[in-house]
Amino acid sequence: MIDDDIPFQTSPQKVSRSLYGDISLFVLLALVGCFMAMPLLFVISNAFKPINEILQFPPKFFVRNPTLDNFTDLYYLLQGSWVPATRYLFNTMFIAVLGTAGHVVIASLAAYPLAKRKFPGRGFLFTVVVLSLMFSATVTQITNYMTMSWLGMLDTHWAVIVPAIGSSLGLYLMKQFMEQVPDALIEAAEIDGCSEFRIFWNIIMPVVKPAWLTLIIFSFQGLWGAGGAAGSMYIYSEQLKTIDYALGQILAGGIVRIGPSMAAQLLLLLVPITIFTLSQSSVIQTMSTSGMKD
Amino acid sequence: MPVLERRTKGADAVRLLPVRLRTVWKEVVRNRSIYLMLAPYFLIFFTFTVLPVVLSLLVSFTNFNMLQWPEGVGWSNYARLFVRDDVFLIALKNTLLFAAITGPISYIACFVLAWIINELSPKIRAIATLVFYAPALSGNAFIVWTLLFSSDSYGYINAFLIKWRIILEPILWLKDPKYIMTIIIIVQLWLSLGTSFLAFIAGLQTMDKTLFEAGAIDGIRNRWQELWYITLPSMRPMLLFGAVIQITSSFAVAEVATQLAGFPSVQYAGHTIVTHLMDYGSIRYEMGYASAIATVLFALMLGSNLIVRRLLSKVGD
Repeated sequence: MIDDDIPFQTSPQKVSRSLYGDISLFVLLALVGCFMAMPLLFVISNAFKPINEILQFPPKFFVRNPTLDNFTDLYYLLQGSWVPATRYLFNTMFIAVLGTAGHVVIASLAAYPLAKRKFPGRGFLFTVVVLSLMFSATVTQITNYMTMSWLGMLDTHWAVIVPAIGSSLGLYLMKQFMEQVPDALIEAAEIDGCSEFRIFWNIIMPVVKPAWLTLIIFSFQGLWGAGGAAGSMYIYSEQLKTIDYALGQILAGGIVRIGPSMAAQLLLLLVPITIFTLSQSSVIQTMSTSGMKD
Repeated sequence: MPVLERRTKGADAVRLLPVRLRTVWKEVVRNRSIYLMLAPYFLIFFTFTVLPVVLSLLVSFTNFNMLQWPEGVGWSNYARLFVRDDVFLIALKNTLLFAAITGPISYIACFVLAWIINELSPKIRAIATLVFYAPALSGNAFIVWTLLFSSDSYGYINAFLIKWRIILEPILWLKDPKYIMTIIIIVQLWLSLGTSFLAFIAGLQTMDKTLFEAGAIDGIRNRWQELWYITLPSMRPMLLFGAVIQITSSFAVAEVATQLAGFPSVQYAGHTIVTHLMDYGSIRYEMGYASAIATVLFALMLGSNLIVRRLLSKVGD
């Protein structure tokens, strides 16, 4: 970075990049890029297709005469559902917002001592967290179902929210990022007589903003589609189900429903993609501390 | 002064403990505000992540239907799993095949793509990152693959293949055991440029640039040597983190399988350990048996993680 500020300096010696290498890597990137983008382009394209283009045979990938019909159809379809669509939307928002906020605050609260304080049990706790990254929530699903039935959490939103608050990836990333915060900052606050909690809230949290933006995007994207995996397992009341479940029902309506359901997918997609676009640089900054020591 | 009182009261009880424990206890009391900060997270974490593992290990040695008190049956659940349950053996085979294919491919893809993207200019890099990460970000949007692979001639892949005269009649992609596995693997790979991909991009961006200059002076002549001798060794912590994330997710294939191939899938072609687990746990309520399955899955995930971790720690040594 410093090199850029000094004019007339000879550019640092760069290892030669062969043209063949450049071309073949670019072709690889383009091919994989097409593969990655194709299904999402399909969603976008079909969301704007009028019904005759959707039913056309042989089908065209791209839309010819874009229309917003699918979005108005979606609106009317949702109006006609037995449980009002706003209820599904509320459920999704409730789970995603509460779960994300809880996760960010509570995981950061625990990450601070793990990163910056020495106390008995610290090594053990962190080892368990790292080990827990090595198996997925599917392992704990069945026993969690039992625990939740004993705690009376089944068929409530808490069955999805509470485990999400205790997700270990967020704690791990936050702890790794907090380790970089200079100790001098904390020592200065200690001299001023700040309590641990005040140091955490007033000194640490503002500095680690990139990390909590990262936790927000990871937690949110998991919970936004939570009706699918965890939701279907723990929640069975119709009025507690989430919007992605409701939209899945529209798609199940068959080929004439492709338009509205793609419109719905597009709307659902926009939310996490927007959040990620806005916070990308923070996420990258946080992930640069995610490395594991052996 | 209530604080002082509490301390002296504690000290009375502490006097009864051996010296080492006594110093630990003093540390704990001194750091009580720290434990208070740890408590909410670790209460949830232990209840919903650690306890379930211990519990499922215990329950796996019993017969339990959630209504009657569990009855101990020793190793019979495991015996049944490996000896009498043919469907489990199919699930095990599928899961291992999935993990063996999607794990390494997605891991290498995450790294290679991050490595290529890293050489682009910052603006293009940000867009490329978004394009590659979008599928992982998009929740259950993988449903569109069911439309692409739809079995009738309206399915896009069938339609295009027919149009180009590659096939004459539509293929039942998601109903034919010949294709189910491959399709699930493709979709799983599509979803797999996730957290580790971002970690690799971040790691490459924050690498010490002077290492490359030093390498150039030391006679590194092309990008492949640079990759092998400089980039990979200095990315080791990221590579370890990425491996953990990719391995764990490559063993957990279930949602994609059930959404695409149905549950149960034709001839169990898309059946994995996780779908087997869901079958016994949330449909048949045989919790003991389901717990045995969960324990096997846990051992597989943790075991392969620890093995790969050991292998990776040798990179660049």
